[in-house]
Amino acid sequence: MRQFSFSDLIFLATALEWTFLMAAIALAFGVPLGLALALARTSGSTVLRLVASAFVELIQGIPLLGLLMFFYFGIPVLAGKDVPTVVAVGAAYTIYTAVFLGDIWRGGIQAVRQAQWEAGACLGLSWLQQFVHIIGPQAFRIALPATVGFLVQLIKNTSLASVVGLVELARAGQMISAGTFQPLLVYTLVAAIYFTICFPLTTWSRTLEARLNGAR
Amino acid sequence: MPNFNFRPLWRYEDQFIDGVLTTLLLTVSATAIGLVIGIIGAVVLRSGPKSARIGVRAYIEIIRNTPALLQIFIIFFVLPTIGLKFSPIQASIVALSIYFGAYASEILRSGLSSIPPSQIEAGLCLGLTRWQVLSRIVLPPAIRNIYPSITSQFVLLLLGTSIASQVSADELFHAAGFIDSRTYRSFEVYALTCGIYFTLVVFFKIVFALVGRAVFRWPTRR
Repeated sequence: MRQFSFSDLIFLATALEWTFLMAAIALAFGVPLGLALALARTSGSTVLRLVASAFVELIQGIPLLGLLMFFYFGIPVLAGKDVPTVVAVGAAYTIYTAVFLGDIWRGGIQAVRQAQWEAGACLGLSWLQQFVHIIGPQAFRIALPATVGFLVQLIKNTSLASVVGLVELARAGQMISAGTFQPLLVYTLVAAIYFTICFPLTTWSRTLEARLNGAR
Repeated sequence: MPNFNFRPLWRYEDQFIDGVLTTLLLTVSATAIGLVIGIIGAVVLRSGPKSARIGVRAYIEIIRNTPALLQIFIIFFVLPTIGLKFSPIQASIVALSIYFGAYASEILRSGLSSIPPSQIEAGLCLGLTRWQVLSRIVLPPAIRNIYPSITSQFVLLLLGTSIASQVSADELFHAAGFIDSRTYRSFEVYALTCGIYFTLVVFFKIVFALVGRAVFRWPTRR
């Protein structure tokens, strides 16, 4: 048995990098995919809408933990070769992020009135121009509070990557707690770190929401 | 094409069924206790003394801004050090109730404040008692307003109970881990487990939609 020491703090800080890295990977790949899903679900094509909606329903109907296990064990089986844990975990978080952001942004796009698409079309704008110049900016403003709110969920949920052995903040906490037998100190500290990251984001999301409601 | 083999899983039918039952037990008890916490929280936020309001706010913010996994760890691993010992199932129910309660408080509070005060004043002017105002004027539209949020929170909780496996509460996800360790059919086990969760979610979504349509039949202003 050993005491909780300075090196444990360093260890937590290193693990925190993984927490951020996972969130960054999820956002880097999940944002474009989520945008594609949102556009597919608001598109004129029935097939696209149905396929995208079914995908969102499916992913939102299984636990993130299940998604992680599915990719962790599934990629080696389906691809026929082993991949690093980070890749499997990154893929699971990407899908998770894409689906939830896609759902939020679909709501944002639908909140902009249909007549605005039509007005754009009347001005001779292409579909892409209509989205980029007219619908997109308004939808972005509407969906921003919920998007920031999702960021909090994402950061909290990177803790589940600990289950497949990725040493991020929660896993590091478990390891230090097991080594020092000081669960009270360690888990409170780890929870405080998460809180310090998430609370400002929550507050920001709420401010954005209040501003949006005031503007309307 | 990899060769899948789901056959070895059939022998573990009982474990899967027990797992589902425990998952449902966790979900339903945490929802019930969480709703009670939520009602108390919402009432305090609305009309409690200032110190109590600050306390409830702090509770909501702390729970909503830390991972549920850590909350369950703290209940299961930390509380025994101060003499509060729980079984894995008990610890999971306690942690998930506290978790659900924080979200429920916020949802119920917004439901109550969605009713314009003028309607309450109108009711009082007509000579209704406070209780009548609450039960006839405030609650029916408030419950209708929060119904979608509460039911989707229930679905999130159902999926979230999977983290109880991390303190070895033998719910569905824990059963999956056990069967995986016996059969070495990881992919098949987790694919099936995800399928079971998905089926449960779809089932509850359909039930909630039907109940919602049957109960909230009166027309809205909009």
